[in-house]
Amino acid sequence: MDVVLDSLPELGKAFTYTALLFLVSAVFSLILGTILVAMRVGPVAILRAIGTLYVNLVRNTPLLMVFFFFSFAGPIIGLKFHFVDIHIGQFDFTSFFTVAVISMSLYTATFICESLRSGINSVPLGQAEAGRAVGMTFGQVMGNVVLPQAFRASVPPTVSALIAMAKNTSVAAVFGVAEATSQMASMTNDHAPDRWAIFTAFAIGYIVIVEILSFIAMFFERRWRAA
Amino acid sequence: MSTSVLFDVPGPRTRARHRIYSVVSILVIIAAVAFAGWRLYAEGQFEYRLWEPFLTPFYIAAIGEAWFQTVSMAVLAILGALVVGVVFGVGKLSDHAFVRWPCWLVVEFFRAIPVIMLMILCFYTVFGGLDIYQAAFMACVLGLTIYNGAVLAEIFRAGVLAVPKGQAEAAYALGMGKTQVMTFILLPQAVKIMIPAIISQCVVALKDTSLILIVTGVGLTRVAKTMPQEFHNMVPTTIVITLLYVITNLVLTGLAKLAQKRLVGEKKPLEIGATSMVDEADGLAAR
Repeated sequence: MDVVLDSLPELGKAFTYTALLFLVSAVFSLILGTILVAMRVGPVAILRAIGTLYVNLVRNTPLLMVFFFFSFAGPIIGLKFHFVDIHIGQFDFTSFFTVAVISMSLYTATFICESLRSGINSVPLGQAEAGRAVGMTFGQVMGNVVLPQAFRASVPPTVSALIAMAKNTSVAAVFGVAEATSQMASMTNDHAPDRWAIFTAFAIGYIVIVEILSFIAMFFERRWRAA
Repeated sequence: MSTSVLFDVPGPRTRARHRIYSVVSILVIIAAVAFAGWRLYAEGQFEYRLWEPFLTPFYIAAIGEAWFQTVSMAVLAILGALVVGVVFGVGKLSDHAFVRWPCWLVVEFFRAIPVIMLMILCFYTVFGGLDIYQAAFMACVLGLTIYNGAVLAEIFRAGVLAVPKGQAEAAYALGMGKTQVMTFILLPQAVKIMIPAIISQCVVALKDTSLILIVTGVGLTRVAKTMPQEFHNMVPTTIVITLLYVITNLVLTGLAKLAQKRLVGEKKPLEIGATSMVDEADGLAAR
């Protein structure tokens, strides 16, 4: 137990990396997921096909292999990120961090895409038809009728995808990012008798992150339920 | 195109516009593929020497064995997880608070932490005495069993709750006890609803077997790590191993879809959120 208390600063630093990795990747995967869903539900057949191919291919690839590609195979064919070399305080954001953000964004975007799509699919066809029947323009139907409903319906699955990503930040530990799981692995190695205490401390850290996210999801659901 | 909630049937001008979009996107895609191909070619990644191991019977057999090892890790984990899932899923539905709350706590705890952490813990504590590859194999299976068990517990609970209420009420009216109602009436019907979700969970488990790479590679990830050391063919190895994962998962996804159609029909597949709070939010959204 003393080991955990003594290394609280390291623990805090590790979880800061995890949180930063999560936040940056969340932004990129939401943007990319939105582009993907626009392709998948859009009217252009070729873009639909590309979107579907991408989602099915990446969703069925282990995240670890995506990391593997960008960490080891990418540099061989000239996909290098060594130009990223930012140091803020005691935090370093180098090519390792960049590879982690890219891999996680590309991977999670497929799940975001699918949850947004399920939101759109949950809007009954009659809603749009009724909108058109009372003379609304395309923009009005979208902005006032279809998208608000679709957005609300897609919040729970999207948050689930983001929670899964928060846990997936741990994969970056395998590829040299000093986030929480990598810190846990090295501490587990160094302090054999305290393995259970170390595990519990880091588990609680992840649980806090996950529960914060679920709480946000529930808050918005509660708020929008009446509408 | 089937009628969508988003668009009207396009008129001639819109169709012409869509044709332009199609042509532009095809050009972009061709350019992207050509660029990727050119990069691979420029770095000599198409050389026969790099791909030779994947055509050599000896290495094909080794990769097949590795694939089998990966699949068996996933299968063993899911089998174990089914047992854990039934116990805790039924436990969460118990009428007794002293059974329900511990089950809830365990399920929530293991659902919220990364599998890698479980694998690391199992590797060092439970299987610390074994040979490294054996320990890694077992740690991977045990870690996945615990994690997927927690997820399956939620799926079981959702499945039991999805059985129409009248079924249990009718059984109680016939004088069945609680255990009888659960084992003879609710679980058999719930399993039917759950099978597609369970197969989908197999895909998750199969992908997660790769995570044991944090201690050492087992199965396909071991090939992905060792093959390039010998042949310097990192790019071809990554492509081949990834494709093996993708194809296996696509087969499983196909099975899940088939099972959904055969056993459940057109109803929405069971979906559970990442925590019970999200589940609750989802329930609110459906209302």
